[in-house]
Amino acid sequence: MSTPLALAGLGGVYSERSGVVNIALEGIMLISAFGYVIGTSASGSAWAGLLIGIGFGTAIALVHAIASISFRADQIVSGVAINFLAIGVTEFLNRKATSPRVEGLTQWNLPLFGSYSCLVYITLLLTVGTHVFLFKTPWGLRLRAAGESTEALNMLGLSRARWQYIGVMASGVLAGLGGCFLASEAHYFTKGITAGRGYVALAAVIFGNWTPYKTAAACLLFGFANALQLESRWQIPSQLLQCLPYLLTMVVLVGVIGKSKPPASLGK
Amino acid sequence: MNGHPNNTISHTSPVLPFVIVIMARILSISRPQITRILRAGLPIAFALGIVIVLNSLIIGMLGQNVLEVYRILVLSAFGSLDDFGYVLFNATPLIFTGLAVTIAFKCGLFNIGCEGQLYVGGFAAAWVGFHFNFPAIILIPLCVLAAMVAGAGWAAVAGILKAKFGVHEVINTIMMNFIAIALTSYLVAEIYQEAGQMTPQTPPISDTAHLPRIATFLAFIPKSNPLNVAFLLALLVTLFCQFFLKRTQYGYELKLVGDAPEVATYGGVHVGAVTVWTMMLSGAIASLAGVWDVMGYRHRFLDNFSPGFGYTGIAAALLGRNHPYAVLFAAILLGALNKGALDVEIWTNVPRELFLIIQAVLILCLASIQFKWHAGPLSKTT
Repeated sequence: MSTPLALAGLGGVYSERSGVVNIALEGIMLISAFGYVIGTSASGSAWAGLLIGIGFGTAIALVHAIASISFRADQIVSGVAINFLAIGVTEFLNRKATSPRVEGLTQWNLPLFGSYSCLVYITLLLTVGTHVFLFKTPWGLRLRAAGESTEALNMLGLSRARWQYIGVMASGVLAGLGGCFLASEAHYFTKGITAGRGYVALAAVIFGNWTPYKTAAACLLFGFANALQLESRWQIPSQLLQCLPYLLTMVVLVGVIGKSKPPASLGK
Repeated sequence: MNGHPNNTISHTSPVLPFVIVIMARILSISRPQITRILRAGLPIAFALGIVIVLNSLIIGMLGQNVLEVYRILVLSAFGSLDDFGYVLFNATPLIFTGLAVTIAFKCGLFNIGCEGQLYVGGFAAAWVGFHFNFPAIILIPLCVLAAMVAGAGWAAVAGILKAKFGVHEVINTIMMNFIAIALTSYLVAEIYQEAGQMTPQTPPISDTAHLPRIATFLAFIPKSNPLNVAFLLALLVTLFCQFFLKRTQYGYELKLVGDAPEVATYGGVHVGAVTVWTMMLSGAIASLAGVWDVMGYRHRFLDNFSPGFGYTGIAAALLGRNHPYAVLFAAILLGALNKGALDVEIWTNVPRELFLIIQAVLILCLASIQFKWHAGPLSKTT
């Protein structure tokens, strides 16, 4: 349950660390879930679907990047527009309530872990990879500088816009993977398949203080809240259980604000 | 759906500058103000141009006659008085949500929560409507009041969280949209489901809570036209917003907090309090879109009734550049597009979902071209 959240959350870390608020995570996930289903049903291969899904996600992330970095549109307004765009495009192309059924991604059966979709393991690797990239490599430092101190980048003669583009595109790839995972688990596309996970992931980024490990941990918590919905032992109506992740997000944000520190020039 | 609009347009175009000047005289707008209005309008015209080009491309790719689609679009909206009545009917909820977003924008707040606010507002109106059976003169205001209180209360949560804890309203209002939709869905399905019905909906509201149709006062409008007094209410709210923002101390404080919170604090304005009541005002206005549906259209609360009025309101606010009168026209334009898209879908095979794409592209273009809204990062601490 946490994997798509964690993937989108890691994407959010890249984008926000480079100084671009990425509320478009939701739209990226939605459109790449759609891309995955289209790609898989057209080619018959889940891997091709994955590539196409990521391609869709990256493409729409590029639109967000162009609007908010090159044209300096308000990042939140642009992100919201991207989310509408994703809804519009998917509903335009998929006018039935649900899509045809498609294959899921390969399940890997690792000893100790059990059998899960390979993306679950890839997510774990990506979390570590993101940490290493952001905090142990010169490129990570530059990406973070784009979000912290424009002057430092300028002095080095580096383009802030380029690193922001890289940050947003990386979030497109990662949130795209998250969207593909959703579609792969569900085996079909339906409107509202993301159910606000992009926004929850963004909250997880804030809760996780813009670091990969803590963000992934926060996603585990939110994923747990999501998983409770499947628990039918209690006599709680499903609609009320649906609210749980959203309520948790709000409560967590109240608790964490002030203690968690955003990149200095985020949103500018 | 008859007549040729093209002829009339080519006829009037040389007269247009004169018309603008005369209109300006009537509205007592000075010459520099005209330039300012034109300058403000230019980017909007540009954005609309981009959207029209893109729209034409998509329609062309679908193998449809582009001009034919536009002809249907225009005729469907303005072809007859009846059609235009439907446009205003469709535009009514968008006027409310557009103004709600505008009021919040002016205070530097982004209220994406109109969707949730109109759901709780609509439910409150329906609840009062099917529980009581007073004469219309009491019941209608009571229902509207209940909706506004519910909408304001729902929006207040995000306002308080922003004012007290500094949590950005964007995530909270979105979360509360999901919660509002799930909550009303629960209330309808589990508690107030109309007996013997498969559709998830509440029992109908009392007849006395129905908003009267305009056709009952104005004989020249066809009796079947659903345009109702909610539209008049929308006009009133537009006037109110304009008056409130321009002429009252509260409106001034609201704009000051939006433009320069530090200055506002220095000037003795309680930024937190302004934030909370602005959200409440915004939520109260947004809830009227729910009133439109429950009391003016379906006469009951239908689960999941809104096709995203709250989100289209954002487009209306951006298109109208947060000016109440302009937002009114933007909402009517979007309402026309909305109705036109339906007719286009009937007559050609251009799906109406194209409207969703157009709307998103419009917001993107407008945001890219001109819109600068005072805002900070998502987790700004106040």
